[in-house]
Amino acid sequence: MSGDCFSIFTLLRQAWTGQGGLKPMWREPEPKSAYDAVIVGGGGHGLATAYYLAKEHGMSNIAVLEKGWIGSGNVGRNTTIVRSNYLLPGNIPFYEHSLKLWEGLEQEINYNAMVSQRGVINLFHSDAQRDDHVRRGNAMRLHGVDAVLLDREGVRQRAPFLDFDHARFPIHGGLLQPRGGTVRHDAVAWGYARAADRRGVDIVQNCAVTGIRVEAGRVIGVETSRGLIRAPRVGLACAGNSSRVAAMAGLRLPIESHVLTAFVSEALKPLINTVITFGAGHFYISQSDKGGLVFGASIDGYNSYAQRGNLPTIEDSCEEAMALIPALGRLRLLRHWSGIMDMSMDGSPIIDRTPIAGLYLNAGWCIGGFKATPASGWCFAHLIARDTPHPVAAAYRLDRFATGHLLDEAGTGADVTMH
Amino acid sequence: MTGDQTYRRADGGAIDRSRPLSFQFDGRRYRGYQGDTLAAALLANGVRLVGRSFKYHRPRGILSAGPEEPNALVELRGGARREPNSRATVAELFDGLEARSQNRFPSLSFDVLALNGLLAPLFAAGFYYKTFMWPAAFWEKLYEPLIRRAAGLGRASGLPDPDRYEKATAFCDLLVIGAGPAGLAAALVAGRSGLRVILAEQDFALGGRLLSDRRWIDGRPAIDWVAGVVDELGTMTDVRVLTRTSVIGAYDSGTYAAVERVADHLAEPPPFQPRQRLWRIVARRSVLAAGAIERPLVFGDNDRPGVMLAGAVRGYLNRFAVRPGARAVVFANNDEGARTVADLAAAGVAVAALVDPRPEAAAETRRIVEAAGARLLRGAQVVRARGGTRLTAVELAGVAPGSGIDPVIPCDLLAMSGGWNPTVQLTSHHGGKPVWDATIAGFVPGTVPPGMVVVGAAAGHFILADDLAQGAQAGAAAAQALGVTAAPVPGFSADPETAAILPLWRVPGARGKSFIDFQNDVAVSDVALAEREGFRAVEHLKRYTTLGMATDQGKTANVNGLAVMAELTARSISETGTTTARPPFTPTALGALAGHHRGPDFRPTRLTPGHDWAAEQGARFIEAGAWMRAQAFPQAGDADLQATIDREVLAVRQAVGLCDVTTLGKIDLQGPDVAEFLDRIYINGWKTLAVGRVRYGVMLREDGFVQDDGTTARLGPDHYLMTTTTANAGSVFRHLEFCHQVLWPDLDLRFISVTEQWAQYALAGPRARDVLAGIVDPGFDLDNAAFPHLAATETRVCDGVPARLFRISFSGELAYEIAVPARYGDALARRLMRQGADHGITPYGLEALNILRLEKGHVAGAELNGQTTARDLGFERMMSTRKDYIGRVMARRPALLAPDRPCLVGLRPVAATATLSGGAHLIARGAVANAAADQGHVTSVGASATLGHWIGLGLLANGRARWGEIVRAVDPLRGQDTEVEIVSPLFYDPEGKRLHA
Ligand SMILES: Cc1cc2nc3c(=O)[nH]c(=O)nc-3n(C[C@H](O)[C@H](O)[C@H](O)COP(=O)(O)OP(=O)(O)OC[C@H]3O[C@@H](n4cnc5c(N)ncnc54)[C@H](O)[C@@H]3O)c2cc1C
Repeated sequence: MSGDCFSIFTLLRQAWTGQGGLKPMWREPEPKSAYDAVIVGGGGHGLATAYYLAKEHGMSNIAVLEKGWIGSGNVGRNTTIVRSNYLLPGNIPFYEHSLKLWEGLEQEINYNAMVSQRGVINLFHSDAQRDDHVRRGNAMRLHGVDAVLLDREGVRQRAPFLDFDHARFPIHGGLLQPRGGTVRHDAVAWGYARAADRRGVDIVQNCAVTGIRVEAGRVIGVETSRGLIRAPRVGLACAGNSSRVAAMAGLRLPIESHVLTAFVSEALKPLINTVITFGAGHFYISQSDKGGLVFGASIDGYNSYAQRGNLPTIEDSCEEAMALIPALGRLRLLRHWSGIMDMSMDGSPIIDRTPIAGLYLNAGWCIGGFKATPASGWCFAHLIARDTPHPVAAAYRLDRFATGHLLDEAGTGADVTMH
Repeated sequence: MTGDQTYRRADGGAIDRSRPLSFQFDGRRYRGYQGDTLAAALLANGVRLVGRSFKYHRPRGILSAGPEEPNALVELRGGARREPNSRATVAELFDGLEARSQNRFPSLSFDVLALNGLLAPLFAAGFYYKTFMWPAAFWEKLYEPLIRRAAGLGRASGLPDPDRYEKATAFCDLLVIGAGPAGLAAALVAGRSGLRVILAEQDFALGGRLLSDRRWIDGRPAIDWVAGVVDELGTMTDVRVLTRTSVIGAYDSGTYAAVERVADHLAEPPPFQPRQRLWRIVARRSVLAAGAIERPLVFGDNDRPGVMLAGAVRGYLNRFAVRPGARAVVFANNDEGARTVADLAAAGVAVAALVDPRPEAAAETRRIVEAAGARLLRGAQVVRARGGTRLTAVELAGVAPGSGIDPVIPCDLLAMSGGWNPTVQLTSHHGGKPVWDATIAGFVPGTVPPGMVVVGAAAGHFILADDLAQGAQAGAAAAQALGVTAAPVPGFSADPETAAILPLWRVPGARGKSFIDFQNDVAVSDVALAEREGFRAVEHLKRYTTLGMATDQGKTANVNGLAVMAELTARSISETGTTTARPPFTPTALGALAGHHRGPDFRPTRLTPGHDWAAEQGARFIEAGAWMRAQAFPQAGDADLQATIDREVLAVRQAVGLCDVTTLGKIDLQGPDVAEFLDRIYINGWKTLAVGRVRYGVMLREDGFVQDDGTTARLGPDHYLMTTTTANAGSVFRHLEFCHQVLWPDLDLRFISVTEQWAQYALAGPRARDVLAGIVDPGFDLDNAAFPHLAATETRVCDGVPARLFRISFSGELAYEIAVPARYGDALARRLMRQGADHGITPYGLEALNILRLEKGHVAGAELNGQTTARDLGFERMMSTRKDYIGRVMARRPALLAPDRPCLVGLRPVAATATLSGGAHLIARGAVANAAADQGHVTSVGASATLGHWIGLGLLANGRARWGEIVRAVDPLRGQDTEVEIVSPLFYDPEGKRLHA
């Protein structure tokens, strides 16, 4: 186990002794031939799952298998927004649990992931949209979650640079969740990895799972690019690759794979102090602590595993940016990149057992699974350790598409371009 | 005024000395010439300190002469046109240009934040992650705001961008990216072969490196050769040359994005000109001839102003006629060193030494150095640059002891070259990984996007004659590949050169901080720290140290950084690999990517044919999707909007109202199988619908939830007209297309959207028939028996205007909808108003429409919210059991049949004067208002003028069995808690007598 506890004193000591005492944040172990459980996917969810399995359930003879380097997937590609402003009773407690875990994360894992509760404002542009947001805000309040209704002036005070004068779709107001905000995404992967490693979890990078071994309806292990690894419990947390990995066990998931692009501008002095989402499009924006404006909008709209977006969506996203904030015109886009989204058919995730005993599934995060990272890890660990769903994730069943217990927040049905 | 241009050469260069320009930097006035960049003009005036670095606020000067510049970033222009982080090295000088340094306080030469530099040992890579955690609450309150203020570079103006942008699309056979020697040769041969060619060059002049180096082609100065090629290209009608145009991305299917800076070289865009233009170029083939970017050498304090890339030094000397210093040292690990010495000497700059870490030197090099009066220090290295805001000397290692050479050489310019990185970024945009080429010590293209060929320096070829030949070959090959006879490939000759290199990734024994990524202050020590902490994967290195994440995307830094990591981990550079380059190649104004889609033009605005008429009637308009619809028609006597709405509602109930309903989706379906098609689309049956009749229908999505509702009329045996809600017009049409094309291509029918082709009005109220009688043909029988409720026909109105007449009612009154071809829409509204004047006709808007439908319990958007089933909304009996239809099976899933699902109810406040609010939740009386007690929500509300109190619709668990019960509508967001009675949603005329009147 590696890494000392970070405190201001260790840091000062390291600083003036040339940082020689610092050790790797996580070991680079050779995979063992067998574990009590393996987690496939070293993204935020997989790493958090491993951490909570070790911490909350005492399972430390476990491994996270990652085909590339940890954090190479969506956890390191997203627009870093966290919030729990959901509508449905199956969703609110889960995302609120996640937000509470975010709030204590730094102390929990002794790593500063820069959880920044700068508030999330969802704008609305018509009376009908207002009523929708009010319905949602009230649902949150009834669940004990913070929500504030802003009128136009309230929005203007917090974001005077929005287009209030010439907008095609005038801003009528917004729903604010003050406790929402952003988190430094890479740090989440690294922080959980380090904390899991310290509890004995093997984090095995460059180890692609290529097959899932099943005998008599039970999982017995996984085949990997580094050999067979046996485990009586296997948890899949492969986000955009969920369908491909589940197919190794013969499962066909209610998931489509789509491209989502994120954007960052050149670094600027502070301009936007909160997170804003556009109600007349699909656009969201915040400013990172480094100064870059981080934004995104819709998925490209065709099935793909290519982690790159195309020009029509890129232009569209920038059009939404300009429509919302006309001052962005002279600021420059520095970079855009994309990730593959595991779009479920109702827009909500799946954390559940599968028809194969010992094989557990965590997938279907659509474009919003980053905020779920701590709770997803927490609940998936619970499921793997006890073979029974955690109460706040009880609605995330795989069979809900058959029973009709859907969690369709947006009411858009199985049209993933609308989620 | 200091504009003395002391460092300007007396002659030469590509500047226009007859056009002097005046500009300001940090409030001081200077002079330059047309053809200068801001950086060149600053150097000409002896300005060396231009910016401050990101983290440590170290003083920085000008490193390069191109878009790779990490240091010389300024705020350009002022007011709403302020552009932060502008690279002085590519900003063209214009008269009156204003620039300011950034990221410093209070001034550039004295920046208190430079104190960060003293704390550098603490602020090493990743320091944020390990600190600022104690105490927990301090992060957002204290640390984060401080970090945010210190970080960032320039300031945004915060004001709307006053300039315009536009987009253009172009198609070509061959896109040539870069107009250096290879690109020009490619365009020339492709053009001569008759291909449609686009040649895109980011610079304002063509020629690439030929502008900066004194070279010879075919026996004449290279710039003359360039001029000849440019002239010839100018005569080819199918060749388009775009200067000031950066190709920023390679996308799928041969699509490239490029940004043309149409007016950035001017103070303001001329009238009717955009500032920039985004080109979407669809090219059958492309030639990437984007050249190479020089690498800095990594030694102590290598960021001092005055330390410059050697190629940039030559550019300033030769192209801009500027001496970037008075006394120079050249430090290079490759053969470019000698060329730089020669150019410096030719420009009259004193050259103290050529420091070359390689043990041997070519005879030619020795000759050049000697002729320059400089020393050749072989096997030596610069270990540190001295000076603060300006280079004063360099410290050397490897100078033979006893040689009598002082290891400290005073100088104000250090020209360095660590070799060249081919500009391969665009080859990676499809995911291709560049591969390491040890002979040039650089990455060359690996897998490239389909149709792309890479030539010249971008492909790792640094010999001019070869580059020309390669370019020409590529031009010819493109022609052949496209089935065109290629023009002959000319032979080129150029002055001889060599390009040998010995990699030197970091100078051993360097003293001070050795920077790799200048802008982000990433030094060798940070890479070493990342290595120790396990961030050895290149992407981890990048993210942990921020190497390559600055505005230059690591163009000068990445290869040095990963090479150092390779050394530290004892891996090869190929094993270590490189990070993936992402678009855009050059930072790109968001305005250019948005084009004109901003403000009111963000999305198209749809107006109905009756829009002007409504405006004349005093309508207040409101957005309804892309449409503008009349919200209400206020009149002088109305006390407020509510009074207007009440007046309009009562007019419909008591006399007659006129409402523009053009925006509803209209889909014209024809063919023998339409009825069958409708049967499969709607939950209810259509085979029995007679010609001349209308039926209300409900359709589900595949997943069994309601998609939309509306009426469909049968106008003829094989001719139907469907209406949809305004909001779902597009999605329903798409759904129909999908069903027909994919599910049932065998059904014989055609359909098309005719929403825009027909203007449609609702005429509603007890007097509707009287008004209508005045415009239909005299023989047309409007009598109840002849044209009853749910009748439809094609007819003529207003003396011969073709029309469609429907007797349908959303308001519950006797009502008709009349549709006429769009061009008659305006006239029809006016005619109906005249016709109805005596009957008290009143135009009514969306608000009144909404109250009228609420009074009748008709569902609309808030109830058709995609989460409700037909059962929830009370349509269960319409669900046919005798046929199959979309959504039928899925609608039978157990959860959709659960008895306690929220279903449609009417709501009426218990207190007669109480108001209701949409979005409130329904909670049992006496229960604590929390999630467990939540039983549904209020969907739509309004003040009913007809009934004299507020009414609402809602979705309530098991609601149909609860009429008469009193619950609460709780709205914590707005602090309301109102008792409401659950009632039938049919508030008004429950027997439906009025619509049959
Ligand atoms: C552009 C973009 C913007 C987003 N914005 C937000 C946002 O603002 N807020 C928000 O909440 N969410 C956002 N998301 C969504 C969020 O990032 C994801 O839902 C979430 O990160 C998914 O969980 P993860 O971190 O475990 O996924 P990942 O990081 O993708 O982890 C999955 C891992 O599995 C690995 N893997 C796959 N196949 C195999 C195999 N066969 N063997 C071994 N390993 C394998 C992958 O390499 C990967 O590392 C965004 C996503 C993108 C792409």
